[in-house]
Amino acid sequence: MKLAYWMYAGPAHIGTLRIASSFKNVHAIMHAPLGDDYFNVMRSMLERDRNFTPVTASIVDRHVLARGSQEKVVNNITRKDKEEKPDLVVLTPTCTSSILQEDLQNFVNRASLESRADIILADVNHYRVNELEASDRTLEQIITFYINKAIKNKTLQTQKSVIPSVNIIGVLSLGFHNQHDLVDIKRLFSDLGIKINHIIPENASVHDLKELPKAWFNFVPYRETGLMAAKFLKDKLDMPFIDITPMGIINIKSCVRAIQETISKFGSENNYEEYLNRQTKYISQAAWFSRSIDCQNLTGKTAIVFGDSTHAAAMTQILSEEMGINVLWSGTYCTYDKEWFQEKVSQYCSEVIITDDHNRIGDLIAKTEPNAIFGTQMERHIGKRLNIPCGVISSPVHIQNFPLGYKPFLGYEGTNQIADLIYNSFTLGMEDHLLELFGGHDTTDILTNTLTSQTNISWSPEASRELNKIPGFVRGKVKRNTEKFALQYNNNLVTLEIMYEAKEKVNT
Amino acid sequence: MTLSTQKNLTFECETGNYHTFCPISCVSWLYQKIEDSFFLVIGTKTCGYFLQNAMGVMIFAEPRYAMAELEEGDISAQLNDYEELKRLCLQIKKDRNPSVIFWIGTCTTEIIKMDLEGIAPKLEADINISIIVARANGLDYAFTQGEDTVLAAMAQRCPETSCQKDRSDTIIPQSNKHFPLIVFGSLPDSVVQQLTMELKKQNITVSGWLPSTRYTELPAINKDYYVVGINPFLSRTATTLMRRRKTKLIGAPFPIGPDGTRAWVEKICSVFNIVPNGLEKREQEIWASLEEYLKLIRGKSVFFMGDNLLEISLARFLIRCGMTVYEIGIPYMDKRYQGAELALLSQTCLDMDVKIPKIVEKPDNYNQLDRIRDLQPDLVITGMAHANPLEARGINTKWSVEFTFAPIHGFTNARDILELVTRPLRRNNNLKEVSSEIYSSNY
Repeated sequence: MKLAYWMYAGPAHIGTLRIASSFKNVHAIMHAPLGDDYFNVMRSMLERDRNFTPVTASIVDRHVLARGSQEKVVNNITRKDKEEKPDLVVLTPTCTSSILQEDLQNFVNRASLESRADIILADVNHYRVNELEASDRTLEQIITFYINKAIKNKTLQTQKSVIPSVNIIGVLSLGFHNQHDLVDIKRLFSDLGIKINHIIPENASVHDLKELPKAWFNFVPYRETGLMAAKFLKDKLDMPFIDITPMGIINIKSCVRAIQETISKFGSENNYEEYLNRQTKYISQAAWFSRSIDCQNLTGKTAIVFGDSTHAAAMTQILSEEMGINVLWSGTYCTYDKEWFQEKVSQYCSEVIITDDHNRIGDLIAKTEPNAIFGTQMERHIGKRLNIPCGVISSPVHIQNFPLGYKPFLGYEGTNQIADLIYNSFTLGMEDHLLELFGGHDTTDILTNTLTSQTNISWSPEASRELNKIPGFVRGKVKRNTEKFALQYNNNLVTLEIMYEAKEKVNT
Repeated sequence: MTLSTQKNLTFECETGNYHTFCPISCVSWLYQKIEDSFFLVIGTKTCGYFLQNAMGVMIFAEPRYAMAELEEGDISAQLNDYEELKRLCLQIKKDRNPSVIFWIGTCTTEIIKMDLEGIAPKLEADINISIIVARANGLDYAFTQGEDTVLAAMAQRCPETSCQKDRSDTIIPQSNKHFPLIVFGSLPDSVVQQLTMELKKQNITVSGWLPSTRYTELPAINKDYYVVGINPFLSRTATTLMRRRKTKLIGAPFPIGPDGTRAWVEKICSVFNIVPNGLEKREQEIWASLEEYLKLIRGKSVFFMGDNLLEISLARFLIRCGMTVYEIGIPYMDKRYQGAELALLSQTCLDMDVKIPKIVEKPDNYNQLDRIRDLQPDLVITGMAHANPLEARGINTKWSVEFTFAPIHGFTNARDILELVTRPLRRNNNLKEVSSEIYSSNY
């Protein structure tokens, strides 16, 4: 048992559901107790999805506990098959159902006989993998299923496209700024003259999967999801893949150079160097920004970085190499990806931290006292408590990480957004510091905050206590309106009764 | 589908494929209500993830709750439950020093049959801190029923007044003209005070609330005390108070809406042989003050998808407000505990001359969405999973969860209910220019 207040990565089934619900016309059925379909709330609220989330639960209740699911799961699958006519149904076990040890594969086999849809059982161990690992695994599983099916049916399209083309693998729902990143990645490939064959799984149909081999290579923008699928496609169909995240000017450069090298092996000779220079100089403002006088002031400022491995690694590199900021330590909660992360960031910071314990991170921040934090929502709150500014760079996601405006982290526009984020975090910190040094803003205290302070109205102790329970930002208004109300009835003492009466009659 | 008819009310039961919150969510309001408590949810990452996301910003405020996250070794019984729980509880005791630790059992502890009730008394004696076990799991319960399991467990911990020499003196103190009354159900302190004062106006003294603000101040409950509930989802607590504590339950409608509040107070008065004073006038005044809201909803229709068990009382109130209710979905219907509320619902329909809506227990959300498409109600009260998709289809929604967190009890807070109910309708009036045409019912 572990005492836990907060977790960075969710349970495994969330990863599976994020993959399933990112595809078009794929339905997930969770084998889960009542209330475990909280994923639907997150999709609907955080992403503001206009469609019903294609996830339903086959409820595990007392009866299932006593007698087993029997026909229930099969019936739920075949019912969904008729109602929604999905291409694929993914039966998703949860931590609860996995300890019941029911033969879910048997249900899948039985339901397959009666359904038009393909049906697979998500193959993830709930006690060993987290959300991110599960999403990687499920995506691989679905791609494997359809590639093998296409090979069997001889429908696999192995003929490469005429012009260079790419599959983008691992853009999915509830991903940190994934939708915005996708726009910028598309633009990047379009600039490079590379056609996008398919984007998986975001809004893709499972029927598209047999066309994956048409692309010259695969591109995995985020380490957390898509690497397993890319490796499978490499082993099975000899498709090369690139897994350099184009986040920050230097990373974009290495990513584009890797692309150039990959497509040249297929005989397409391109030289992107001039393009890279032009973009770096004029399209991205970040390179110019780091030379400008503003950025000089950031030299030697300290920061710490924490997040998933993709974003934390790239951010560490940007801060250190592109902004000249001293990264005290950098860390990730992707403990399973430790070696890669260590190798990637150790040259850019003094210490590498691998942990999924937010208390340890909190203590470390308090101990090292950086000028700014770049982390997740949790680090943002740690920063609030310690009065250190924080820029959010990674999941876990929050409604704020689904901005309506265009805010990519990848590609050239991404470099601009990141530069703003970094600069704003530090400036605010400096401003705060200066204000403290000079004793705050020069404003005269507003001496009276109630217009009725002249009259000698008083509050009974109970009413006073009650007033103090009202949140600060409305307390003044409630006080004022209640006093007005009391005076109207010639009362100079506000009692609890009067307070409630005022609420009823004038809606204080 | 089974059908049964009772006093003109129609009850249906569907498949139970509906969306609601896991009952462990009760932790979020109970830890705030009981100030010296600590809630330990013994479950998996799934439980933790739900609480973390459902509680939003509260999670960052150092809440007095935590997960005891079960690992593979716990599931396969390689680790000793007693030792593990002891280690965690000692740490909680050291860090927070609460007066009581609540162990919230989950689906997983049920399936692996972890004997929480057996371990608790031993550990309690061992580490010298009260431990209360409540099984608030998704196998058996929905959302607000979580509070019910916690209060039922707490009811057994309420002390008995020991002084039994002069029974008439202990049971009927001089100041009271009636037997002691205990009110059960967790409400914000201000609402507790409002309802207490409402009863005081009728010369009724509330001897105690379950739960109280602090665990150490749990009310004494003796045999033959009267008890009354303030929420419709507290049937286990009511049963425990009657059977285990030998109290007498006052079966009343719930004090939600001015009509419900009046009926609640009147019922308590009638039990104590008190002639209620000024209640009718008070109710009328409240109704009059609500007129601006009533204008907006009169003649409009509403559909409850059902997820928090407040549905019957809210529907009854909204019918009195002049709305038509198409369907009352509800997770679980205790016809005995809610008897008086159901009777008031029938009576209200009769008074307002509307058809009695059908009550759908364990609803099927997919079927409900079908019916919503056919009926096109003016308002759907639903969980957050369906709200945005319905809005995109031109159907107005109100998140049901808000009714469980907003103060909605008593005369004073009737306005808050209508504030919630009318919000989407008022918003539509504001947005006429931008979006009334774009989002329509083309499913």
